[in-house]
Amino acid sequence: MCMSVPRYWRERAYRYRLVGTECLSCGRRYYPPRRVCPVCHSRNLVEVKLPERGVVVTYTIIRSPPRGYEKYAPYAIAVVELLDGTKVLAQLTDIDLSEVEIGMEVEAVFRKIREDGEEGIIEYGVKFRPRLTGH
Amino acid sequence: MREVAIVGIGYTKIGELWERSLRDLFVEASLRALEDAGIDDVDALYVGNMMSGTLQEQEHLGALLAGYIGHPGIAAAKIEAACASGGVSLHQAYMAVASGLYDVVLAGGVEKMTDRLTPDVTFSLAMADDMEYTIYSGVTFVGLNALVYRLYMHKYGVKQEDIANFAVLMHENAVNTPHARFRRRVKLEDVLRSPLIADPIHLLECAPISDGAAVLVLTTLERAKKLTDTPIVIRASAVATDYLSIYERDDMLSLRATVLASRKAYKQAKLEPKDINVLEVHDAFTILGILALEDLGFAERGRGAVLVKEGEIAPDGRVPTNTMGGLKARGHPVGATGIYQAIDAILQLRGDAGKNQVPNAENALLQSTGGVGGTVAIHILSRAD
Ligand SMILES: CC(C)(COP(=O)(O)OP(=O)(O)OC[C@H]1O[C@@H](n2cnc3c(N)ncnc32)[C@H](O)[C@@H]1OP(=O)(O)O)[C@@H](O)C(=O)NCCC(=O)NCCS
Ligand SMILES: [Zn+2]
Repeated sequence: MCMSVPRYWRERAYRYRLVGTECLSCGRRYYPPRRVCPVCHSRNLVEVKLPERGVVVTYTIIRSPPRGYEKYAPYAIAVVELLDGTKVLAQLTDIDLSEVEIGMEVEAVFRKIREDGEEGIIEYGVKFRPRLTGH
Repeated sequence: MREVAIVGIGYTKIGELWERSLRDLFVEASLRALEDAGIDDVDALYVGNMMSGTLQEQEHLGALLAGYIGHPGIAAAKIEAACASGGVSLHQAYMAVASGLYDVVLAGGVEKMTDRLTPDVTFSLAMADDMEYTIYSGVTFVGLNALVYRLYMHKYGVKQEDIANFAVLMHENAVNTPHARFRRRVKLEDVLRSPLIADPIHLLECAPISDGAAVLVLTTLERAKKLTDTPIVIRASAVATDYLSIYERDDMLSLRATVLASRKAYKQAKLEPKDINVLEVHDAFTILGILALEDLGFAERGRGAVLVKEGEIAPDGRVPTNTMGGLKARGHPVGATGIYQAIDAILQLRGDAGKNQVPNAENALLQSTGGVGGTVAIHILSRAD
């Protein structure tokens, strides 16, 4: 189950910093990043840093987790629509599970995703927490 | 293109079959199918399977199983399209006969899931979605469907009990199905009181982890007429895909691949939803059953649950659906499921469906879904007369 170091390392910018791609022909943005725009078929796409704030479009609470995530369960997963309209999927953190709701404002934070066993690497990525007021 | 017919069916019981191996299950289903067809000259074999590599540490199923069914030498390959592996295997077999390249082809499927513990199976099933980005978050396959379920209730104001009702009907239908995984009734209260797996999805709204194998024998309609009085014609065979992960789609409440593949299929068969007497939908979770009724054109968007409530999808209703219990209660040995759907429909078309027989069943539509609609295979089968 251990993920190889190169496999983890090569995706780090996209996973750590919410970097997606934008189509320069039609303006559509994608996460995960793509080389070809499926809407207008342009290959003229560039990397773009996506906004870190958004709202919860839908959510679930994972109670029967996959191998490797057992010790974090139960945890919330949401589809978040970012301020530019791009949708991403991520865990919610720093929140009481009974308080999660559709429409809540959230912001991205850098967090540990899982420890890959005793020998594997510690994997990190973006989670979302309720938006702190006043910033 | 040549007209293609199904002349033989073979299948095992679905269950936690600890005494049976993957190859053992597949061989049993194949030999039964060939006996049913009354032939043994096979040109090619397609094996629908999703997880033999991760759950059984076995790949190369085409050659392995071709040999064990007694036909080393034939063309053979494993077909993988997540939970739609069975439906896509049938599509490959259909093309092989229709094109004129092969005359007799086996379209099979097999999955051996119960040798592993649930967290391992859960991890393997999640491979139907994007491992690098989506599954990395810790979401499960049940969880992805739960995201759709919650949004559906929110958008349309539909109550959970109306969606969960789908599972009650599936268990009812499976009571009379000898090969079903669960042959017991459940009440709506039982479903809603069963443990939550990924909110709002309860245990009794999920298809069970199961073992099973199923095989069809395909040949030309011309030859089929000499072999049997009840050949079943494949009137349409279509496959479509969509963005793999739901959040990449503009509309998360419609499986576009179902819409695309079914519209192609209706056109190929020159039929409309009103001509379909038997429907097999991929109800891996209750919400997927409801969405299928809408995307296939049997209900308006947001109104699928109404058909269930009004008894329209029961065996004596207007659109009899999953008359043998569907994925929920007949069972869901993933790569074999698309083939079991065909078999359950063929039993209806042949008039061999027992207590759940739909009178005068002529046309059946099958929907085999991979992931949350990343791949959908649609087939329309009809009685040849
Ligand atoms: C829902 C799920 C996690 C339950 O697995 P589990 O927690 O390991 O359940 P267990 O095996 O411990 O079973 C507990 C009991 O519930 C029953 N059971 C398990 N799954 C069931 C189901 N889906 N429906 C009805 N009963 C079920 C078992 O028979 C057992 O009954 P018993 O105590 O009388 O023997 C599992 O069935 C699952 O992952 N299903 C979804 C499979 C899937 O995603 N398929 C691909 C979709 S395309
Ligand atoms: Zn574009």
